[in-house]
Amino acid sequence: MKITNSVVEKHGLKPEEYSKIKELIGREPNLLELGVFSAMWNEHCSYKSSRIHLKNLPTEGKNVIQGPGENAGVIDIGDNDAIIFKIESHNHPSYIEPYQGAATGVGGILRDVFTMGARPIALLNSIHFGSPNHPKTKSLLNGVVSGIGGYGNCIGIPTVAGETKFNSTYNENILVNAMAVGHANKDKIFYSKAKGINKSVVYVGSKTGRDGIHGASMASAEFDENTEDKKPTVQVGDPFTEKLLMEACLELMKGSSIISIQDMGAAGLTSSSVEMASKGDLGMELDLDKVPCREENMTPYEIMLSESQERMLIILEDGKEKEAKKIFEKWDIDFVVIGKTTNTNNLTLKFEDKIVGEISVDALATKAPVYDRKWVKTKLPEKKTQIKDLKKIKLQDALLKILSSPNQSCKSWVTDQFDQMVMTDTVQRSGSDAAIIRIHKKEKAIAVTVDSSANYCKAHPHTGGKQIVCENWRNLISVGAKPIAITNCLNFGNPENSKIMGEFAECLLGIKEACEFLDYPVVSGNVSLYNGTNKKNIYPTPVIGGVGLITNINNRVNQYLKKDDNIILQIGKNFGQLYQSIFLEEVYSITDGPPPEINLSNEKNNGLIVLSLINNKLVSSVHDISSGGLLVALAEMTYKSGHGLRINKPKNLSNLMEYYFSEDQGRYLIEIEPKNLSVISKILNENNIYNEAIGTVQKDYFEILGEFKITTNDLYKINNTWYNNY
Amino acid sequence: MNSSVIVFPGSNCDRDIAVALEKLNFQNKMVWHKDTSLPKSDLIVIPGGFSYGDYLRSGAIAGKSNILNEVIKVANNGCLILGICNGFQILTETGLLKGVLLKNKNLKFLGKDVHVKVVNTENKFCNKYKKNQILKLNIAHNEGNYFTNKEHLKELEDKNLIPFKYCGENGDINEENNPNGSMNNIAGIFNDKKNILGLMPHPERMVDQVLSNNDGINLFTSLLN
Repeated sequence: MKITNSVVEKHGLKPEEYSKIKELIGREPNLLELGVFSAMWNEHCSYKSSRIHLKNLPTEGKNVIQGPGENAGVIDIGDNDAIIFKIESHNHPSYIEPYQGAATGVGGILRDVFTMGARPIALLNSIHFGSPNHPKTKSLLNGVVSGIGGYGNCIGIPTVAGETKFNSTYNENILVNAMAVGHANKDKIFYSKAKGINKSVVYVGSKTGRDGIHGASMASAEFDENTEDKKPTVQVGDPFTEKLLMEACLELMKGSSIISIQDMGAAGLTSSSVEMASKGDLGMELDLDKVPCREENMTPYEIMLSESQERMLIILEDGKEKEAKKIFEKWDIDFVVIGKTTNTNNLTLKFEDKIVGEISVDALATKAPVYDRKWVKTKLPEKKTQIKDLKKIKLQDALLKILSSPNQSCKSWVTDQFDQMVMTDTVQRSGSDAAIIRIHKKEKAIAVTVDSSANYCKAHPHTGGKQIVCENWRNLISVGAKPIAITNCLNFGNPENSKIMGEFAECLLGIKEACEFLDYPVVSGNVSLYNGTNKKNIYPTPVIGGVGLITNINNRVNQYLKKDDNIILQIGKNFGQLYQSIFLEEVYSITDGPPPEINLSNEKNNGLIVLSLINNKLVSSVHDISSGGLLVALAEMTYKSGHGLRINKPKNLSNLMEYYFSEDQGRYLIEIEPKNLSVISKILNENNIYNEAIGTVQKDYFEILGEFKITTNDLYKINNTWYNNY
Repeated sequence: MNSSVIVFPGSNCDRDIAVALEKLNFQNKMVWHKDTSLPKSDLIVIPGGFSYGDYLRSGAIAGKSNILNEVIKVANNGCLILGICNGFQILTETGLLKGVLLKNKNLKFLGKDVHVKVVNTENKFCNKYKKNQILKLNIAHNEGNYFTNKEHLKELEDKNLIPFKYCGENGDINEENNPNGSMNNIAGIFNDKKNILGLMPHPERMVDQVLSNNDGINLFTSLLN
């Protein structure tokens, strides 16, 4: 087949990129080679638009064992325990085929974690849908939620936390981000870097089919009216096979057979072989006749570009084939030596005894294009709306409107479709600020959470970037965990548009500043660009997944009220900033103005003090004040707790709405026993932390003195109606 | 007491049940599905999970596996058998327990805490519970909607072969408190001899106060009685 301009274009490569390919290999590539280049050089695999910005992120710290660049990030939590975690997007496939797209998103991220030697212990997700009124939203929501559950429930890893949001910006391009967290012994971590010449390269896992060919290229382009035609590029998941593959790999990892191991994710056999060879500065020769195939007459092109799921590539130590094969046979999983490492620095592809493709590994990997794309700054938006001129609404009506809205409603319709308890180490299930997972048979635990704030990031990407890191950090503090590190999933629009590229650059700058200040490094992540349809880009939606450590499980807390007559103390000051708040959006449909300001120093001081109060067992419950503001946070503390609240109105109040619904950052609510008030106030005042006793716990009623009183049962019901009626 | 846990390749509650049994002083062994004989056991547990992927009917393939033939033999000789969740589904596939487990009435996977009433305590598995005691247990299944014919249902009720029924917080057994559409709110049943128990809720998830509560403990300690 002749490589024409149209063939190049169909492979998602620009004319200048094709010229570079010819220059690098000194000739025209054949079709197979072109396919391999397209798989390696697309945005999804090469990070060509994002790389120069990503390198500014802080990725090191005293707890970091492995930062970005491997299958997942690794942190040290003491006692030879390591936590391995990463978040990844599966946005494009999930829009085309929601169940399988979401399911394989979960499968893919699990492989990234167990490839490194970890047994997965928790799954999280961040899913964003279009407006509930959009005709596709309901079926997408159904499909994605059951796909996430279908995979995690079957393989037997608890899905413990997440977020589900709606915004018309995702009408034509939903977001499905999945995060996996695993536990490994610190001295038994496996990497993907190949070592040694003439070592066996082994294919394990499912057979290769024609599914997912060019999946990574699809994920690197915008959608258009022909999106539906892309269904064949979505892979089909098989959680049962993944379970077998996982158990077999973990069993093999107990021994000393493995030199390196890499999962076949996006761009399948191509990216796994090239990455392993590139990291080891070696070549690799693959005999494609030996690859187990599910379908007949598969061509080398199809074999190299298939994204069939549940497959791994392993480089074995000499003489270990027999021992390794026995383990995979026990689990009924294919195990085939398909090639060897070489000293040529070439990827050599053989088929029917002929060399059908030969490309320099460097050309595919390290010499892939890197772009410093043009980007423009987003100005801080003006405050157009005059808050004082808004039509008056009663405090209670505003609260109930917010609590019954799709975005603030109780998510149990979603989380009830997930097995949260399997593995019997889930100490705090979803619904509180972060989930808590005990380290098996130990006294310690990790806390995990995912967060995003697309509205803030849209209004001012730099502030938004900072805010999500802070909120994520705060959520971990709120359950008594010391935040250790994050993973990020960067969902943005088309990077060739300088405004979008600016959103990316500035969100990253914000993330960098907050992470540096909070000593909260980034250890893994994923970039998903080209989220949009026909030039309409989604809001910038970076998603942060955080992991924190609770050294003594008995020091954990949650947000639910514990005892009548306890005092509620607010930590951190109200500034009354209402712009970009849930209140203005839900009650008045107003979305102008800047997001709340971030004061990193207050954020850190307030958080560390709250954490020390928790560790000294001085608090009964803790909840951070975030989207929805003070009143929503107070209401959330009553759910399922069996207690209510009696809150005093502040004396000097200019605007009730600003006080109760502003989303000023760095704030917490803590419930304390009256006897501890003086000692806690003393600690806070000595550290110059703003604090105020705003009310007490009482039976049955949620009450703002002088404003309204409602039973906590009614409050809970109002919060629980939307999903059931949708 | 000696217990054995059958491990299918897709079992995923095998470790959980082993942890619970060991915590409660059972001498436990794991038995791989390809094994052709059973260790000497007083109790055999078939754990939750997705036995062979369950792409066919849940438990259908496991019901025909080699090791299940051995389980059927000892079950017929009176050995105590406990099937939890997928284990319950497998027991109905083998015929050791009558009836079937259909898809949940809302056609969705259900993973949540539910209340369950102990309606019969005169058996080996429940003697440590008080009659009509209300437990909070966790369920996690797609197919937990128990169905059987009218005659068998009557027999189950008449012969006290239903130990557990779904109920409300206050013990009300009604449609509102039936999570999956199960006949008569059935959460678990016995065979005629009451040596084989199948139930959908997971008692092994409720043996640790740190996670939730201890409501599952008595099911295991009853067996030690």
